[in-house]
Amino acid sequence: MLCQSCGKNQANTHIKKVINGELTEYMLCEKCAAKMGYSNIFDGFGFDFNNLLGSFFAANEPKFMPLSNKRCDFCGSSLEEISNTGKVGCSKCYDVFFDQLMPSIKRIHGNTKHAGKYASAVGQENIIKNEIQELNEKMKKAINEQNFEEAARIRDKINGLKGKEQPNNE
Amino acid sequence: MNKWYEKSGNYSDVVISTRIRLARNISKYPFPCRLTSKMKKEVINEIDRALSKPEFEEYNFSCINVWEASLAEIKSLIECHLVSPEFVKADKNKAAFISQNCDISVMVNEEDHIRLQVMKEGLDLNETYNLADKIDRKLDESLMFAFNEQLGYLTQCPTNLGTGMRASVMLHLPALRRCEMIEKISSSLIKLGLTMRGLYGEGSEPKGDIYQISNQVTLGISEKTALKNLNDITIQIISQERKCRKELAKNIQTIDAICRSVGILKTAKILNSEDFMRLISNVRLGLSIGIIKGISYDKINEITINTQPFMLMKASNSELSAMERDQKRASLINEKMSTVEIL
Repeated sequence: MLCQSCGKNQANTHIKKVINGELTEYMLCEKCAAKMGYSNIFDGFGFDFNNLLGSFFAANEPKFMPLSNKRCDFCGSSLEEISNTGKVGCSKCYDVFFDQLMPSIKRIHGNTKHAGKYASAVGQENIIKNEIQELNEKMKKAINEQNFEEAARIRDKINGLKGKEQPNNE
Repeated sequence: MNKWYEKSGNYSDVVISTRIRLARNISKYPFPCRLTSKMKKEVINEIDRALSKPEFEEYNFSCINVWEASLAEIKSLIECHLVSPEFVKADKNKAAFISQNCDISVMVNEEDHIRLQVMKEGLDLNETYNLADKIDRKLDESLMFAFNEQLGYLTQCPTNLGTGMRASVMLHLPALRRCEMIEKISSSLIKLGLTMRGLYGEGSEPKGDIYQISNQVTLGISEKTALKNLNDITIQIISQERKCRKELAKNIQTIDAICRSVGILKTAKILNSEDFMRLISNVRLGLSIGIIKGISYDKINEITINTQPFMLMKASNSELSAMERDQKRASLINEKMSTVEIL
């Protein structure tokens, strides 16, 4: 069968639409279907990750409870918007809605404390943290290899760095 | 210099490539979902300026703007795994910066401001990560990434919080698939915080037997630990796959399938992408168990990418119908396979 829209190409997309209880059906070719916005026919069937996450958030704050109308003062997102889309608005949102987001984050990752690399631009202090982390790993490796002299040397280095880190925290 | 997909690396009989992807956001802008078109362009400009600095000169980045590029151009980038399929969806205020030898790509305004991706042939998680880390640190200096001591790198989707790192390996597992082991492996990987999926096509039998394994958890685990876990598991899967291949090598049906595949790829005049992926998988298997010779893994990697639909169109610089593509694909493959011999 030829496409009902252009009448030129072979139809390969079957569209069923129910509007106000009335069923309409079309047979379209790939190009016309794409033009009319039916290109990603699998979208409707595949599971939408954002919605899934949205429901993750919503689970903490049942719908019948009035959501606070607090908004993030940097990007303007409300908790409702975040929970509907599964998308956090900006980095500040993580501070503003920290308490509400935390249970979901814990459910996703099973953890709530970052254990990886520190962004260096946040400050000298963080660069030192990265170094300490790297040295800690080296020290563990040295201990595993029973190279205790090396391990002790790394430990002293770590202590030295920790001393440098302290004044910055005060 | 060859592109990553024109080479083969460590464990190349099983591992096609290694990929590291880092999700980063610039702290002074809201995340992409709260940006206007104008602000998105600003983000692109900001990243463009950062990547134009002399310290990035060696990578020779070129910029592709989604609003200017043709759909075919962008789809061909997806086929080379340089940008994600999500990249072409919806909003056009996106850009990708791609290094000259196609190993590094910086996607701008996909789900986060920056998705930095580094790809290498074969299994090489540490080297791949080191390069990503190096570029990340340099970018961080000029862009100031959103970061919080408790939650790590802050991302639009909370599933990426923490390290923001997705490490993955692309594996060819024809023998484990035939032995019906994939499902078993895949369910045990979940318990280890890893996921496995078919790379091409949907469902239980992905085209070409190519699978991708990646880390799932990003918060509370360091980059090094996540990489080590993935590496250890990958090595175990490789040894299982090799064991199964040894068994398959004795099976006359397998040998028959490999020989027939070689015949078709050498002589067919029309080859659709699905058939090709199935047949080339047999050729790859045949090479690893010593049934055929005259082709290398890097050649197989190269033709797999270069015969994808949009790559064919890009190479011929014109729009091709499905039939024209299938013919072009066939003639390209006939040529590349001409040296293959069955032992």
